[in-house]
Amino acid sequence: MAEILVLVDHVDGDVKKVSLELLTAARRLGEPAAVWIGPGAEGAKDKLAEYGAAKVYVAADEELTSYVVAPKAAVLAQLVADKSAGAVLVSATAEGKEVAGRLAVKIGSGVLTDVVDIADGGVAEHSIFGGGIIAHAKVKTGTPIIAVRPNSIAPEAAPAAGAEEAVSVSLSDADKGAKIVEKVVQEKGERPDLTEAAIVISGGRGVGGAENFKIIEDLADSLGAAVGASRAATDAGWYPHSFQVGQTGKTVSPQLYVAVGISGAIQHRAGMQTSKTIIAINKDSEAPIFELVDYGIVGDLFQVAPQLTEEINKRK
Amino acid sequence: MNIVVLVKQVPDTESPRKLKSDDSTLDRAAADGVINELDEYAIEEALRIKEAQGGEVTVLSMGPDKATDSIRKALAMGADKAVHLIDDALAGSDALQTSYAIQQALGRTGFDLVVLGSESTDARTGVLAAMLAERLGIAQLSLANKVDIDGTSIKIQRQTDYGFDKVKASLPAVVSVVEKINEPRYPSFKGIMAAKKKPVDTIGIADAGIDASQVGLANAATEVVDFAEAPPRAKGQIVTDEGDGGVKIAEFLASKKFV
Repeated sequence: MAEILVLVDHVDGDVKKVSLELLTAARRLGEPAAVWIGPGAEGAKDKLAEYGAAKVYVAADEELTSYVVAPKAAVLAQLVADKSAGAVLVSATAEGKEVAGRLAVKIGSGVLTDVVDIADGGVAEHSIFGGGIIAHAKVKTGTPIIAVRPNSIAPEAAPAAGAEEAVSVSLSDADKGAKIVEKVVQEKGERPDLTEAAIVISGGRGVGGAENFKIIEDLADSLGAAVGASRAATDAGWYPHSFQVGQTGKTVSPQLYVAVGISGAIQHRAGMQTSKTIIAINKDSEAPIFELVDYGIVGDLFQVAPQLTEEINKRK
Repeated sequence: MNIVVLVKQVPDTESPRKLKSDDSTLDRAAADGVINELDEYAIEEALRIKEAQGGEVTVLSMGPDKATDSIRKALAMGADKAVHLIDDALAGSDALQTSYAIQQALGRTGFDLVVLGSESTDARTGVLAAMLAERLGIAQLSLANKVDIDGTSIKIQRQTDYGFDKVKASLPAVVSVVEKINEPRYPSFKGIMAAKKKPVDTIGIADAGIDASQVGLANAATEVVDFAEAPPRAKGQIVTDEGDGGVKIAEFLASKKFV
């Protein structure tokens, strides 16, 4: 069975959930092999094995994480060649897609981005144009490179050997063109990552001001959720742009999405329409967001949202 | 400085976007074309760099006839000239092929800096900057929310999930920009009038040295197998708040085991 390379996303030595989802999907195509780039693989190897990694390739050299994206593509390109890999899976995050793009050029292969499901045989499902169309696509040239949207595939454990193998790659000058001189971590508190969170609470124009986002944050914290914002809210400067959900921001696909004071313009829907359960609170009963919801309350968010937070905290 | 800004015409998000049933490519006739929104930030950034550093801004666009509207808008904002790569042979090209075609066209314009939006609102692949940097063998300065240039040294802030990375490189480089890096200017009346006189070099694949066997739907590395409209979501329950809306949502969440 061909090895299916899975590029592992990790932060501070912890494997991100999307990587477990990718290992699960990789089993449909062949034998999953995790690819860990950077330091810290020791603490994560067991988790990768638990979710099906027969092998764990470790490229630990710190230099590989000192330049923008290119070294990661170089590691994968080398492994594709050395191991005759059957496919490469990465997360469809901004950086994951860039790794996929560079790799595609390096190995002359087709790349599919923002995939929401993979069938046996490698046919990938896309949800496009803001969720309006479901398309199936496949790679017909080279080793398929597939970027999968986080939270699209349920991770399932399937213990495997997790045999570690060290990998070293020599970087070209071109790979070292863009040097990362400093990583700046902005405060985000204890909340989960927006794209990985099982629950997302988003605020929009109706929230009315930066200070009122406390209502959204309180509700999010009662559910252990991530906070998002519509473009109207980020454009107004009420919440940082990096939290924007929508066509020009992040695409999320959580189990539960709660839209608070968001009308549901197509721009926003493009970023959240594949959420499993959708709830909205909006004072306008005509708001398009209500076309998407499983449950909606037409009412004043300043009354409804705090009451919901209080009720959830009461039930804990 | 020779700055090339890449511009893509996309279907307006507000109009119905469809795929064609015969070849599964975007039905460009069905929707109104607009300039890709993130490209406006790229144009603005290119103009600001020119205003600070001197030089010239060239718009490069690959696309059908209709793309002329977007090119004119970029010229009206202040770009100096444009190259429009237009050829039936390019239709249906995927990202890998598009990056090749643009690389070839850049050979004609020359460049110190290539600026583009971080993704398009139609395909949303977000791979072009990375592919171009790889093809050209130059620095990938992507997802920038701040750009500083000093001589041939360039620094950006690269937006990340945790904040940003400070990244430095030497020119030439590819820069992709995210929303909010700047506030794109509106074309002035004077700009719109001036744009009509600015040169647009319309070229085909032969002019750009593009190998026809490397582009187009038939030679793409990926293919759409089938597509269908997504099934509509089941109609949900919508309730007008009578003072207990929050409690009602909590009950719904409990019924779904979220609380």
